[in-house]
Amino acid sequence: MATKHKPKFAMYWAASCGGCEISVLNIGEKILAVDEAFDVVFWPCVADYKVKDVEGYRDGYIDLCLFNGAIRSSENEEMAHLLRKKSKVLVAFGSCASEGCIPALSNLTTAEATFRAVYTDNVSTDNSQGILPQPVTKVPEGKIRIPSFYQTVKCLEQVVPVDYIMPGCPPEAHQIAAVMDAIISGAELPKPGGAVIGAGTLAVCHECPRQKNEKKIARFYRPHEIVPDAETCLLEQGIVCMGIATRGGCGALCPKVGMRCEGCYGPLDDIPDQGANMVSAIASVIEAGSGPLGGVDEAALEREIEAALETLADPAGTFYRFSMAQSMLQRVRSNGS
Amino acid sequence: MSETFEPVIVGFLCNWCSYRAADLAGTARIHYAPNMRPIRVMCSARVEPQFVLKALREGADGVLIAGCHPGECHYVEGNVKALRRYVLLKRMLRQFGIEEERVQLVWAAASEGTVLAEAVDRMTEQIRALGPLRWYDSVVVPASGSLIGDDGRESAATRTRTAKEK
Repeated sequence: MATKHKPKFAMYWAASCGGCEISVLNIGEKILAVDEAFDVVFWPCVADYKVKDVEGYRDGYIDLCLFNGAIRSSENEEMAHLLRKKSKVLVAFGSCASEGCIPALSNLTTAEATFRAVYTDNVSTDNSQGILPQPVTKVPEGKIRIPSFYQTVKCLEQVVPVDYIMPGCPPEAHQIAAVMDAIISGAELPKPGGAVIGAGTLAVCHECPRQKNEKKIARFYRPHEIVPDAETCLLEQGIVCMGIATRGGCGALCPKVGMRCEGCYGPLDDIPDQGANMVSAIASVIEAGSGPLGGVDEAALEREIEAALETLADPAGTFYRFSMAQSMLQRVRSNGS
Repeated sequence: MSETFEPVIVGFLCNWCSYRAADLAGTARIHYAPNMRPIRVMCSARVEPQFVLKALREGADGVLIAGCHPGECHYVEGNVKALRRYVLLKRMLRQFGIEEERVQLVWAAASEGTVLAEAVDRMTEQIRALGPLRWYDSVVVPASGSLIGDDGRESAATRTRTAKEK
């Protein structure tokens, strides 16, 4: 039951997987404190409020709105505008909302190709007539509209102003709990305007307990090609661990259990492009070209380096796995050669 | 492509060799394409991949990185680091649909004014043949709309610049 004096809470999912909602519930019994402190006024995952209800709220009615998911369709964007208008504090919650995440990997192809993969070329799909979803369909009774599908996946900040960014895929429960504690206790938050909350300020490597030595990588391995040893830095073993170019705060969960950091907390402060940062870092630590340089054959040197880097599969998809929408290039150039 | 297209090439030139090569090309009155906008850096390894991406995003048609020959780096092996970055960056740019000729690395010693001039001439012609890149205006902006037709509700925000300008 909504009582008047409690602050209002909303959570919404746009193009997302639902993992962010799970992560919020993962804060354990703290969720009871959240429930006690807030009135939930919109949260499609857990409460039966409709968009009509939100439209009926006065502007700024919602005190805290956690928005997760990327902007993939016109519906996502409409909801972003609606919730921005109705919310005092809008948080880009999770990697999709803050930087595009997995949905934005489709910026490496075109929307047409995405449709083909999903609706026609998929081996488990029988669509012999090649029917594709249309934003407007005429039927005898009139027109049926569905949201249209954007060519480029965007993050929340690219369609509406955002007060805070909470990275992570999903944000770790202990970070969510800490942020909720801070909000409920009235502690001072950083100045809004896109500040990052619920994350660290140092790279994942800083939290990673693995042994780090001087790096000289002879070749790269994909995760299925190698069983990493339990002690040494994964990057030193030739696994493309993104920890060096990724914001910490997660506690280095993945490298701790032998899985490379995939970069879900995004770039560190003042790094405009995580992928470029990673190119720079990786290139500095490969072995090729580190021999004596006197009288070196320049073409042979380039070939040696090319051969070593050829073992690194899919650099764009690996380095921008989570940050494609927020990257400098943002998407593929489909009119190019 | 119009006849009057003049490629804009951002050139990052190493202070110790290629920038002097450009100087030499000037004092020796070598005629070469005026399309490169030189930026002096202390070493080709100073050129972070994000500099290249930023140049491309903000309107450059190509980027030239010029440094000392391997073995002659003022900082021992900065140029080899630049080469490694360049090789990896080039592979990544290919995935974004950017042609190889648009980002080039050349070695030009302080005495090789002609080498630098020829590289600029060659690159200018290659890019002239490829046509303009204009990444932001021709790739990012047009793809900001919707895919299938216009359902009449496309929001103005989809056409505005990204909220956080790089």
